[in-house]
Amino acid sequence: MQINEELVRQITNAVLSQMSQTGGSSVSGNAVSASDVPSMAGQDRINEEKTSYADYPRAKKGTDPKEVVIGVGAAFQKEITKTICGIPLDDVLRNVKAGIEEEGMIPRVVKILDTSDVCFMALEAAKLSGSGIGVGIQSKGTTVIHQKDLYPLSNLELFPQAPLMTLETYRQIGQNAAKYVKGEQVVPIPCTNDPMSRPRYQVKAALMHIAETEQLDPEVGAVEWEGR
Amino acid sequence: MKRSKRIEALDARPVNLDGYINEWPEMGFVAMSSPYDPKPSVRVEDGKIVELDGKQREDFDFIDQFIADYAINIDRTEKSMAISSLDIARMIVDIHVSRKEILEIISGITPAKMTEIMNHLNVVELMMGMQKIRARRTPGNQAHITNLKDDPVQIAADAAEGALRGFAEEETTMGVARYAPLSAMALLIGSQVGRPGVLTQCSAEEATELELGIRGLTTYAETLSVYGTEKVFIDGDDTPYSKAFLNSAYASRGLKVRFTSGSGSEVLMGSSEKKSMLYLECRCLFATKGAGSQGIQNGSVSCIGVTGSVPAGIREVIAENLVAALLGLECASSNDQSFSNSDMRRTARTMLEFLPGTDFIFSGYAAEPNYDNMFAGSNFDAEDFDDYNVLQRDMQVDGGLKPVTEEQVIHVRNKAARAVQAVFRNLNLSPVSDEQVEAVTYAHGSKDTLPRDVTADLAAAEDVLKRGITGIDVVKALAETGFEDVAASVLNMLKQRVAGDYMQTAAILDKDFHVMSGVNTPNDYMGPGTGYRVDGERWEEIKHIPHIINPKDM
Repeated sequence: MQINEELVRQITNAVLSQMSQTGGSSVSGNAVSASDVPSMAGQDRINEEKTSYADYPRAKKGTDPKEVVIGVGAAFQKEITKTICGIPLDDVLRNVKAGIEEEGMIPRVVKILDTSDVCFMALEAAKLSGSGIGVGIQSKGTTVIHQKDLYPLSNLELFPQAPLMTLETYRQIGQNAAKYVKGEQVVPIPCTNDPMSRPRYQVKAALMHIAETEQLDPEVGAVEWEGR
Repeated sequence: MKRSKRIEALDARPVNLDGYINEWPEMGFVAMSSPYDPKPSVRVEDGKIVELDGKQREDFDFIDQFIADYAINIDRTEKSMAISSLDIARMIVDIHVSRKEILEIISGITPAKMTEIMNHLNVVELMMGMQKIRARRTPGNQAHITNLKDDPVQIAADAAEGALRGFAEEETTMGVARYAPLSAMALLIGSQVGRPGVLTQCSAEEATELELGIRGLTTYAETLSVYGTEKVFIDGDDTPYSKAFLNSAYASRGLKVRFTSGSGSEVLMGSSEKKSMLYLECRCLFATKGAGSQGIQNGSVSCIGVTGSVPAGIREVIAENLVAALLGLECASSNDQSFSNSDMRRTARTMLEFLPGTDFIFSGYAAEPNYDNMFAGSNFDAEDFDDYNVLQRDMQVDGGLKPVTEEQVIHVRNKAARAVQAVFRNLNLSPVSDEQVEAVTYAHGSKDTLPRDVTADLAAAEDVLKRGITGIDVVKALAETGFEDVAASVLNMLKQRVAGDYMQTAAILDKDFHVMSGVNTPNDYMGPGTGYRVDGERWEEIKHIPHIINPKDM
């Protein structure tokens, strides 16, 4: 796990604070010379190893009408342990579950190995969910609330800007997902927008998505992730 | 190590907040050319392409097959492919070779050949090519009209101001997707208040977007995405064939439509098949042409953070814009996504399309402050209006905008807000208070407006769909509430759907609803003394920026 984060840090030169930290170790005095970053050319993967989920119980369709299924990304809590802005994924999951429980519904966590596209992940979670409501969370933090009978690229709520997410937002996502189950009039969580997050984070997002995608295992599909 | 104050000062510059990465072809982080890109080749047997860029027909993926069957002029492909890439590159910048001759040659080449040609051109040559190959004689511009609250009243006011400022097309999208019907309606009304004839669209989930178009609540569509690898297509639940079908669905109802692509998307989705961004984008553009679309929005678009992070990334962006133009497509050339923390870098990037002129220099200039831009920020926003106008004046370049007065701005914003208020009341949708109209009239962005009742708005949005409200209902509501002129404009926009002329390549409408497209007003640039020149009335308009010194005041 640690190796991957190191690698991501090395090959993205995105964040200023990181650059000034590494600057000190440079012999040439050129704090940010490209030669400080090892070339990845010739390598086919970010992580050498692929995790096998063959032994995990396959995710089943739930029957409890109070159930909300959370579908997490293939690298979630394994190769990737923090969101793009550094929130530990353990805390992310804890807050979404807590939000669901606070509204009296029951969370179940599965890991989606068919796809790393967050809309399709969320839809798959919704289809596995006893209530038909699901939440998809990519390892970089991007989240969607979905309903089993909606178009894949439609959604109930979408949180596309992962760098702006907070634990409070994740908790509200859990609460809102549960409210959709209860059929309440739900006020969507207000949007946030930072126009400068793309230049700062998009390369990192691409690398994290690659790291997630290379862990996919469509043969296995989706596995129960709770109590692993 | 003791830090150098000079290097510390440089490290703190905004440009160093941007993300950069070394080339990594295996993951697609390479702009113009990858060692894994195929070599150009074509072979025709019995009137069918059986080999494309080193691949035999039995090994084609569905993009190869689509391109081979629909995007390449089979009659002339072997002849075109026999001309060296360097020679074609030279023709592109040769003022004595016409656009028509070049397009004819290009009609027979393959994506790998196109990639090779582009690699012979530096950025100035690529711009020279764009000046000559762009479809429409006059360049144009498109705005994004959005806000953080999805407030339809603000959408209408910003649309009116944007139209007044010269945008020929306006596009909206939502933070909360279910707002779409109200957003589309507000944009349609507001745009026509600002300047009759402005085209509008609402970027939403594809089926919703189509429905809004069919109902006449939008007048064009743009968000038909295509990708350069099969895997990314499949992940999006799509194929080139399904996109062609969707394109036809719009066409059957007389709506202008363009596709969307852009380099970097395959990298971002982790499925670049080790190919260069330019080669994959060429595949997208050939697929777009094969699907019969009149145009494309491209230039990395929302993946500019990826393309912009690699060496020659911005050269690649103008190259892919030029490829679109070379295929005879209308090119809405991006510049629509925040791309750099550095004002210098973001301006330089836009000059590559601004100076030669494209059909739409921006395919969304944020006509609101960027904090309200729900496409996650554009490269230029409402606070850059004066800078942009001065750039046009400095260089005598037509960037599609014009200076306006404060009185005009307040007038059209207020009228648009009142029109939406009246239409919503007339159609029994969610209420708009006089205080809201007032706030929006004088607002810069959603920080200056009042909160909306989101639950009531969403119920109204659902109601619009359920009750089958169409563009004609909007016309009626406007006419019945004293906005006859706006009603007439909206009706005229609906009539375009019946006439269909604005479905021609690169079409826009003037204030009298006359079509200006690549067909009836084609680009005729062939060097000095030809083509579009900024002069006459238009030049006077550009000259009149605010804040000019009056010598009498000295």
